[in-house]
Amino acid sequence: MTPYLLCTGTIWQREIVRFVRQRSRIIGAFGQPVLFWLLLGSGFGRNFRYAGGGGEGYLEYFYPGIIAMVVLFTAIFSTFAVVDDRKARFLQGVLAAPVPRSAIVLGQVTGGATLALLQGVLLLIATPLAGVPLTLEAALASVLVMGLIGFALTALGLLLAWRIESTQGFHSIMNLLLIPLWLLSGAVFPVAGAHPLIGLIMQVNPLTYGVAALRRTLYLSAPEAVANLPGLWVSLLVMIAFGVVCFSLAVRTAERSEG
Amino acid sequence: MSALDQNPALAVEGVTHRYGSRTALKDVRFEVSEGEIFALLGPNGGGKTTLFRIITTLMRPTSGDAQVFGHSVRDAPHAVRRKIGVVFQQPGLDPKLTVFENMIHHGRLHGMLGNTLRNAADALLAQFGLSDRKKDYVETLSGGLQRRAELAKALLPRPEILFLDEPSTGLDPGARIDFRNELMRLRSETNTTVVLTTHFIEEADHADRVGVIHEGNLVAIGAPDALKKEVGGEVLTIEAHEPELLREKLGSMFSCEVKSVDGSLRVEMRDAHAAIPRIAEAFPGEVRSITLGKPTLEDVFINQTGKRFIDADEDLPAAEARKS
Repeated sequence: MTPYLLCTGTIWQREIVRFVRQRSRIIGAFGQPVLFWLLLGSGFGRNFRYAGGGGEGYLEYFYPGIIAMVVLFTAIFSTFAVVDDRKARFLQGVLAAPVPRSAIVLGQVTGGATLALLQGVLLLIATPLAGVPLTLEAALASVLVMGLIGFALTALGLLLAWRIESTQGFHSIMNLLLIPLWLLSGAVFPVAGAHPLIGLIMQVNPLTYGVAALRRTLYLSAPEAVANLPGLWVSLLVMIAFGVVCFSLAVRTAERSEG
Repeated sequence: MSALDQNPALAVEGVTHRYGSRTALKDVRFEVSEGEIFALLGPNGGGKTTLFRIITTLMRPTSGDAQVFGHSVRDAPHAVRRKIGVVFQQPGLDPKLTVFENMIHHGRLHGMLGNTLRNAADALLAQFGLSDRKKDYVETLSGGLQRRAELAKALLPRPEILFLDEPSTGLDPGARIDFRNELMRLRSETNTTVVLTTHFIEEADHADRVGVIHEGNLVAIGAPDALKKEVGGEVLTIEAHEPELLREKLGSMFSCEVKSVDGSLRVEMRDAHAAIPRIAEAFPGEVRSITLGKPTLEDVFINQTGKRFIDADEDLPAAEARKS
């Protein structure tokens, strides 16, 4: 194994091990979205019909949005860990080792993405409950998309985390930037029925394409249900580009950081 | 010892560092020879940690450079990182991982893997008496054991030079002595160069050479004994009712410099003990107390800066800890 991959691998492994050992993180990243889904989904379900929908209930519409939220939350919690590492000065020791900064960031991002993906897979089990007609192919494709969204969002989180000194500071970034990113991604309500200004923001929001890709893969066997969304390949390309840009910027930030 | 060294382990070459308008280091230059134990002594806030971060490649100096075995921290930080082991002042182990997992993680960052890595980690843990704790989470270890684990971790990739930032802070006296003995053994067994920063006079006393750093300047450098000799034979500290008045009188009586430090008077001279009765007889009502002492590194510090070490220490809690 090359030293580069060895470094990336060991940082990836540490992210996973730490996650598994911190039960509160599992509950935070997984329990909360499920709770949101059940409460909001069933609460809205009887009261609203959204414009441009294919006739499914809100619980079903909201389901992919909740998967996106799980991925987002996991990514956020992973980046919290980086802020903590910097604060606890663990990262100093890593930075004084002969490893390229990009290998460190790659380990952190793939760690976050893996966790996001695993949580997403767990949520896939609830698919029949949501009424989504899931096939094996659709499930596999969806998992890949989850990994992609996880990668991009963790990279975005890291880009911020490498600059921020405190978890409090990161909280405000999370509320002002990351949660709105999710709210305006088509996860909660579709672009079609939104106020024109909001609709415009949603169209330039990269996560809109992530959520669209997820809906398209989940409904792989029933594409007519998601016909008014951006196409699968366009969505994937936008998400990949977004991930690459965030990753490059995170590496640049890490290279300038003094630990 | 080091000035003539052709291939120093560490050469600090005119390092200046500024934080905005504040100058933390001013044209600091010194060398450390291979196999030496070198202590950078100074009060907190004096620039030690800044210098430490520069020589461990975490920070680029505003100007100047440092060479570690001929590699520039400015131009070849990666090559420097291959040579160095670092123990930072703040804990660098992951408390949520076991001692062994921390070792493995660190080894892999240095390109080690497989059995080579596991055996090296086991050997070091045995050497540091940590074998029976290797499967414990770091957070369950005492402060002293954590420090030992830090040292074991730093030594895993067999660094040629070991940098330690305030290694004794937070250790009780017993653990401090243990730690010092480990360093001594390390040097004698592997000829590893050790550069440490400290604000403990006693710790610097055990180094081969000491660099005294104050307000960003290297104010003295040399072997502890040599530095103390420069101060003079013995030091008298005199408490007086009218220090300034007595200062002049003493100055003319012994025709030597009498320093006033924090309201007490200090005189350095060859046979200071013989001067005690003379002073006591000559100024009966004016002297409150006279203390005789061999010069310490603290006297070296006072001699160079005109300040007591503890007063120069900006970090009050640490200064308090030093007193006790």
